[in-house]
Amino acid sequence: MRVAKKTSEGILEGDLTPMIDMTFQLIAFFMVLINFSQAEQNEEIQLPDSQLAKPPDGPLEFPITIHLTTEGMAIIGAQKVPIAALSPFLVKEKQVLASQGKGANEATIIIRAHRDAQTGHVQELIQKCQENDFEKFALRAKEDVGNN
Amino acid sequence: MKVRHNKGGGDEKVELQMTPMIDIVFQLLVFFIMTFKIVSQEGDFNIKMPLAAPAAGAPDDLQLPPMKVRLRADADGMLAGMSLNDTGVPTMKDLRIRIIGFVGDDRGPGSIQETAEVELDCDYGLRYEHVIQAITAVSGDIDGAGNVVKLVEKIKFAPPRQPAGG
Repeated sequence: MRVAKKTSEGILEGDLTPMIDMTFQLIAFFMVLINFSQAEQNEEIQLPDSQLAKPPDGPLEFPITIHLTTEGMAIIGAQKVPIAALSPFLVKEKQVLASQGKGANEATIIIRAHRDAQTGHVQELIQKCQENDFEKFALRAKEDVGNN
Repeated sequence: MKVRHNKGGGDEKVELQMTPMIDIVFQLLVFFIMTFKIVSQEGDFNIKMPLAAPAAGAPDDLQLPPMKVRLRADADGMLAGMSLNDTGVPTMKDLRIRIIGFVGDDRGPGSIQETAEVELDCDYGLRYEHVIQAITAVSGDIDGAGNVVKLVEKIKFAPPRQPAGG
């Protein structure tokens, strides 16, 4: 069998420019879309859908986020507690507000309840917050982009 | 001034080391791909519900009584029935039509749309998603151009009912 002899000693160079172009474009794409603001999110919670759930124009001034699971457990900060045991946490939030010269009635309680949570639990949560002088509530929902 | 000339004659090709850069770039790419998560938009329905206090002074004659939306649940927490001011409403769409009929085109300060209030009276075991559906139906509508037309902005809950069998 005849084997072709290599005639040149030169290094074969591929053109890396298109690959680097594409890679940088991909990185730019993911960097722009990445969302690190997951402090308000909880994997246990699946929010209900609503066509009218549009992001607010501006951030709330004193938001306090409380998640509510299907079992009726409230999650505030990193603590998962029954609704009945929520008062100490709300009192702490009130103290933080007081240190900034604000009252509980100026804060907004953001309720992120699971779509299958019982309405009675949501109402109990609202009642518990009312007992601690909170009166502004925001029921959070996920934007429904469907046509239903 | 003495200028040092390149001994090689100037024909040498300078080769950049691409490997470390490509390593880093691919690591960045993998990081962003792994952490990428599509998050849908979220929005709020605002409810102002101070703890019931004894009424100070005479009640306001101009304030309309709240429209009562009653939501009944079946044993599984699904929506079993709905009524507006004790009149049955079959669907959320009908509820919205009834609310639009009540509010009308009156907008602006002191209008019915501004002063009207809805009170949600729900069964304890009702799934929360139905409450949000009802709030969506009473609080606004989306017109043909995709704009939100606000309906009732004041929404509150009736005192919670006792759990079924409790």
